Parts: sequence; C-alpha cells; structure tokens
Amino acid sequence: MQLESKSPTGPIEKRWEDYRFHLKLVNPANKRKYTILVVGSGLAGGSASATLAELGYNVKCFCFQDSPRRAHSIAAQGGINAAKNYHNDGDSVFRLFYDTVKGGDFRARESNVYRLAAISLNIIDQCVAQGVPFAREYSGYLDNRSFGGAQVSRTFYARGQTGQQLLLGAYQALERQIAAGQVQMFPRTEMLDLLVVDGRARGIVTRNLITGKMETHIGDAVVLGTGGYGNVFYLSTNAKGCNTTAIWRAYKRGALFANPCFTQIHPTCIPVSGEYQSKLTLMSESLRNDGRVWVPAKKGDKRLASQIPEAERDYFLERKYPSFGNLVPRDVASRNAKQVCDEGRGVGETGLAVFLDFRDAIQRLGKHLIKERYGNLFDMYQRITGEDPYERPMRIYPAMHYTMGGLWVDYNLMSNVPGLYVVGEANFSDHGANRLGASALMQGLADGYFVLPNTIGDYLASNKFDKVEASHAAVRDAESNVTQITRRLLEAKGTRSVDSFHRELGKILWEYCGMARNAAGLKEALAKIPPLREQFWRDVKILGGAEELNQSLERAGRVADFLELAELMCLDALERNESCGGHFREEYQTPEGEAARDDEHYSYAAAWEFRGVGQPPVLHKEPLSFEYVHPAQRSYK
Amino acid sequence: MKIILHVWRQKNAGDKGRMVRYEAPNVNEHMSFLEMLDVLNEDLLAKGEEPVAFDHDCREGICGMCGCMVNGVAHGPLPETTLCQLHMRSFKDGDELYLEPWRAKAFPVVKDLVVDRSAFDRIIAAGGFVSVSTGSAPDGNAVLVPKDNAERAMDAAACIGCGACVAMCPNASASLFLAAKITHLGLLPQGQPEREQRVTAMVAQADQEVFGSCTNIGECEAVCPKGIKLEVIARMNRDFLRANFAGRVGVEAD
Repeated sequence: MQLESKSPTGPIEKRWEDYRFHLKLVNPANKRKYTILVVGSGLAGGSASATLAELGYNVKCFCFQDSPRRAHSIAAQGGINAAKNYHNDGDSVFRLFYDTVKGGDFRARESNVYRLAAISLNIIDQCVAQGVPFAREYSGYLDNRSFGGAQVSRTFYARGQTGQQLLLGAYQALERQIAAGQVQMFPRTEMLDLLVVDGRARGIVTRNLITGKMETHIGDAVVLGTGGYGNVFYLSTNAKGCNTTAIWRAYKRGALFANPCFTQIHPTCIPVSGEYQSKLTLMSESLRNDGRVWVPAKKGDKRLASQIPEAERDYFLERKYPSFGNLVPRDVASRNAKQVCDEGRGVGETGLAVFLDFRDAIQRLGKHLIKERYGNLFDMYQRITGEDPYERPMRIYPAMHYTMGGLWVDYNLMSNVPGLYVVGEANFSDHGANRLGASALMQGLADGYFVLPNTIGDYLASNKFDKVEASHAAVRDAESNVTQITRRLLEAKGTRSVDSFHRELGKILWEYCGMARNAAGLKEALAKIPPLREQFWRDVKILGGAEELNQSLERAGRVADFLELAELMCLDALERNESCGGHFREEYQTPEGEAARDDEHYSYAAAWEFRGVGQPPVLHKEPLSFEYVHPAQRSYK
Repeated sequence: MKIILHVWRQKNAGDKGRMVRYEAPNVNEHMSFLEMLDVLNEDLLAKGEEPVAFDHDCREGICGMCGCMVNGVAHGPLPETTLCQLHMRSFKDGDELYLEPWRAKAFPVVKDLVVDRSAFDRIIAAGGFVSVSTGSAPDGNAVLVPKDNAERAMDAAACIGCGACVAMCPNASASLFLAAKITHLGLLPQGQPEREQRVTAMVAQADQEVFGSCTNIGECEAVCPKGIKLEVIARMNRDFLRANFAGRVGVEAD
C-alpha cells in the first residue's frame, strides 16, 4: 500500500492557501443533499459538527455521554496556544510551527504543523466571538501566559478551565445548529462498527446505551472525533468513558493505525493512593510556571518538606536544564521525576512522588496572586489529598495523559479509507512523538472549525454516492459483527469483572510500555497480553442483558478493544529502535540520559494495517522530510 | 471504616423503584465517593447481583455527569464539591447514607441513580449561544472586555450543567442553570445583540420542560458545586423584565 500524504510542496507559508484554492467546492444549494456522520462531540467533533451544519450539510452527531457538553475536552485546564504575538516577545506563526515540530521530536509532518500554527490565530478570534471568557488584562485586552516547553507567552486561558470554556463555546454552536434542525444529535449512543461499502466509509453501526437498540446510520462521509486511547493503561488522567472503540473498529475495517506507541505521560498528576484508585487527576502544568520541582538530595529522607533545609534539596529540573528549568517539555519532566524516584529519592508514603513547591512564589507574589492564578487547582488538590498546598508542597507524579498516535490521516485529515475522516486526538497528525502543553485544544479546534470543513467538500464534490440499502451485504455484515460481540461478552458468564481485566492490562502496559521501554520488557508484554485477552473472553462476568442500560457491558466492549490495541502499541514500540519524544527506549539514550533519535532509520510515521486478531499487522511507512526545521538533538539545557 | 448504604434501585423508567440496603465494610478514607461505589459494585457482581448504575465520566469535577442525593443533599455534604470529588474522609465509621437520583419531573429516572437531563440541552439550544458562524470573527483584541466583566462572566460560565440546583430546589426550578448562561453571555459585549431574545427564549423553553418557578429559596446556590451565586438569577429577572416591557426582542432597550 502506498501512503499518499497529499502534503503540498512550495513555500510553507503558502501551502495551505494554495491547496485550499485547488480543492473542489460543493455548491451551497447542493450541500443539503449530503449527510455527514460525526462521532464524538468534543472540541474536534463538536466544532466540526457545528461548522459543517453552518455550511449547510446535514449532520448527525453521536456521543456516548448524556450530553455533547460532557466530552473529555472539558477537562483540559491550562490553555490554548496561538501565535498572536500580542506581547511583542518574539512570537510568530513560524516560531509556533518551529516549537511544535521540535517539541514533537521531528516525527510530525511539516505541512500539517505549519497549517496548525497559522490557524491558531483564527481559533482565538472565533472563540472570543462566541463569548469564551478568556482571561483579560486591566486594559480589557486578552491576557497570555507561558506554558510548558515554550519561551514566549502565547497561551490564552480561562482560569484553570480553558478546555471547559472552549468546549462550551463549541457545544453552544452545536446546540444552535441542533435547534436549526441542521444537526441531529444522538447522545448516549456508542459507535460499534464502521460501514465500508465498495471501499468507502458510508456509515456506522451504533448501540443506544439506554435501550440497547442497535442501529445503522448511512451517510456520505464519516468523521471520527473520538479522542485518545490513554485509558488502555486503566489509570490515566482521561475520563472513565474515554475509549478506543470507534477508532479501533475502524482499524479493523481497514483504516491504518499510526504511531500507537507515541503516548504522553504528564508530569504533574496527583499520585496513586490505593488499589481502588479509579483514575488519576492532573494538575495543570501551568503550575510549573510558579512551582518549583524538587526532591531531597539524600536517599530515603523522610522528613517533612518544611524541615529540609535549602542545601539538602535538589531542584533537579533547574539543575539539569538551566535555561528551561521547570518548564521543560512534558516527556523530559516526567522521565526526570521517574529517575529521581528510581534512585530512592521519591517522597510521600509510596516514594512515587516529587514535590511541586510554591513557597518561593507565595513569598515573591503573595498568596493572593497565587490564589488568583491557581485557586481552583489548589482547591482540587486539597479535596483529593486532604492537604493544604499553600502550606505544604504538592506531591506529584507522572501519569498517562494523551496519545499522539491515532488513525493515520493525509493532509485532508482523511484516513486511507476514502470518506473516513479523523480529527483531534483520534488522529496521529500534528504532535509527532510528543505534544507541547496547550496544543491539544488548538489542534482539536483547528481540525474541526477550519480544516475538515474545507477538505471534506473536495471529497464530496469529486465522488458520486449511490444509495446504500439496509439489505446491503456490508450492512448485514457489520450488524452481525456487533451482535456477535455483544452475545459473546454476555455468554461468557465467567468469574472476573471487566475492571479486574482492565487493571491487569494497565499494569502490564505501565510496567513495560510506559515512561521507559526496552526490548526485553516489550517482548514480555507481548507474551502476557494475548493470554490475558483469551482469558477475558472466556472468563469475563457481566450481569444483565443487552436490551437495557448495562454499564458493565459497555465497559466490556471497550476493554476488549484495549486488549487488542495494547498488543499493537507494544509491537510498535518494539519496532521503533530509537528514542523520540514520549517513546523512550532505554537502549537508545545519549550519555546524559536524553532521548537518542535515529533519523537515518526511523524518520517515518509507522502506519499499521490490521490482518486479524492475533495475526501480525503489516507495517507501512510514511517517510518524513524536513525542509524548514532541521532535525537536531532537542536541547532544553 | 464501615458504611451502610441505602440505594435507590430502579430497573428502568417504567419500574416503580425502591431503596435497597447494602453494607460497604472496607471503606478507606482516601477513596472518592464514586470509588466507594465502584468497590460496592465489584462486591455486588461477585455475589451475582446487578451493579448500581450511576453516571460519571471525568471524575475531576468538571464534566458535570455525576451526582446523586446523599442524605437529601445534592452531591453530598461538602460545599462546592461534586460527588466524584467528595472523599470518604468526609464520613465516619458506621455512617448511614441514603443515595437517591436527582429529584425533578424534568429529569426522569433512567435507571437506579441515572437520570435524563436532556432538558438542559434543549434550554441551551433555545438561545444559550452567540450566533457567530465559523470564520466571521474579528481579531480577538478588536473588542475589549473590562477585566471585571470577564471575571464575572467566567464565574457564571463555570456552571457544569450537573443539575444539582434543580434536584435541590423544592420547586425543581432550573433558574440557576438558566441564569448562569444568561449572565455569562449578558456580561460580554459579544452577547449583547441577542441578549433579550436569549432570555425570552430560554425562559420559555424551561417552562415547557416543566421546571418550576424560582421563589428565591437559595438551596441551588447552597449546593452548586461551582459556587454560582443567586445574583445571577436577579440579573436574569432584570433582563427578562426588560425584554418583555420593551417588547422589542432582539433590540437593546434603555
């Protein structure tokens, strides 16, 4: 299979504009003749649904939550990047592009990243116009702050709830189109299969989570904005419902899955407290602007933080990376935290935590200002841990947070299956091997508001769409596939709960395919996952039936997919004999312990093709070339 | 610690429903309330009893999906805290807790502690937005917003749409929810052109959804996990009156 990235050439600042001009347009009067199915209602899916509807397309939008406003984008705290250069501090579209390519450790497509950086300007304008209450200066102008991995202030924010406010903006735009009859919304509905008819994505099979009713929806194109797969680790900062099912089942219908091993571990999360732990809570990395990360210099120092004198503290990020200090990118911060804990210098009961200390910031700026900046985060920390972070330093530890990998897409955001588009975290496109802070919101909204609505028209205008009858063999095949999965899950009548399998899988992945990986460990994981999957199908215990609200059954279907995905992640990590960004292979590091890339052999996106469960997938490579940002060893020193 | 739970069990919308007593013998103070329910559900499953259905998603207090009545109080005893952020250290050994779904005619029970809150979406669809299509916005700094207004708009915009205000209100009024959105958009210059149309349409939709009227009781403010203040309702009422007396819906009245 030849991967056509459709990435344009020519001067990079003109590529998107030229490309867009050459895309075919759908006549306004004809747009209403097309139906587009959008799965997911977060920043990417929600903004795409609203914008496509504004253009005049008929849209059907699906989400598994009870309302589109609940999508997990809502939990993003810190902010959204845009190269506005409102602060005259040297920012530009090119610099945001440069930072993103470099931050991603040279594993993303230059054309896509440049487009993203350019569109960042329009996103802020759009969101302000929607009434997103961004932080302001006393003059009434928009305020900015700097954020992990950046040396300029380009992050726009709405307190610690930026994701919430941007999502509500998209949600309100979506509700406006629902009221106008342009979008039909299907909440509490989960996509369980993709319908591929004559080689093109033409619909989806869904389950109504309240009644259990299976339904087939036919359309002219399908858009997946279903988020990332971080919950494969069981413990992650993702919402409990986040899952891989939509993209995984599309993968099983022929869509390629790219860079599955590129996962991001977030450095500032609240540490695990016990076996019952159901999720991990992220503390926005904006805290690293004012908080200082440290551990005791001596091993096994169990004194209270306040009793450890300055000379016996090791501010390890400031020591090792003097120019970026506490603001190094996430992968670097996470690995260093793991390293000091592995050395036995971790803090707290479990020794799996480092301090994030605001003592100096409070002395410098006053408690009032710290409260204004981070009040809600401090309150959240106190609610969860029972400790007051104004008095004692926070304890933090890295946790699984974001997945850069996802379905492979071309410059149009279309997968290799014609008519199947993938937007936001669900695709693999813009972040390479590591995402910078405040860039996820930017990408979700760029895809949904500004890229997809342009590119999808070209596909619709270039193809003819025959009516797909309910009796079509492909429809019957997809429906019977879904029925069979449900039946097999319910009929196992085993002894173990869905969560017990999920926890076990998560432990395997965290151990062998987490912050640091090596060939021996990955092989170990590849030996452990298939028997666990086999046991799952034999021994899972689900009560209740298929024709009702059955939360165990919902989770079981998702865990079944995670059990397959986990294997692909380990394969991909094993195949990539280099370290880059979030993918750190212990065998490949510089003498200073930094990720050592191998551009000669691995400067490509790894796109995997499904060949059957338990069968080795086929690897396709999309070579990456860099004309503007020349690959170099990332240095934050 | 050991906790006694009385949980509302209702198989589906048509079922009559009843309280069922359970014991949670090994509760750890660091568990969140929902983790305590997870453990209960694992125990029930092992015994061959169907787990308790409850809505939840982000478990960090922002998605608005979770919530139930705990001893008659929406989201339980801790102020400004959603159920998922409530931890068991707020309770003591031997406590007896009664868990019920949100109580309101406009929020019909789906199963156990799960209710249907789609009425909230329909209220937003009636007018809780600024009509700006993608691409038509001016530069973000073209329209200035006084910092104080932006802050107050943000206070109101913090609403997570969980429905606790309705569940706690003796009238099952959705006023705090409505008013939060009306205040958020009404305080910003971008929300002015549709300000009167918005309040009229949203209030009319809330009436249609059989939410009750507001009689300034204040239970909503007391349980709101995001600390939305009653003053937003005063603001909504003012906008509503102005829109009606002016009779010029969609036009700024003096």
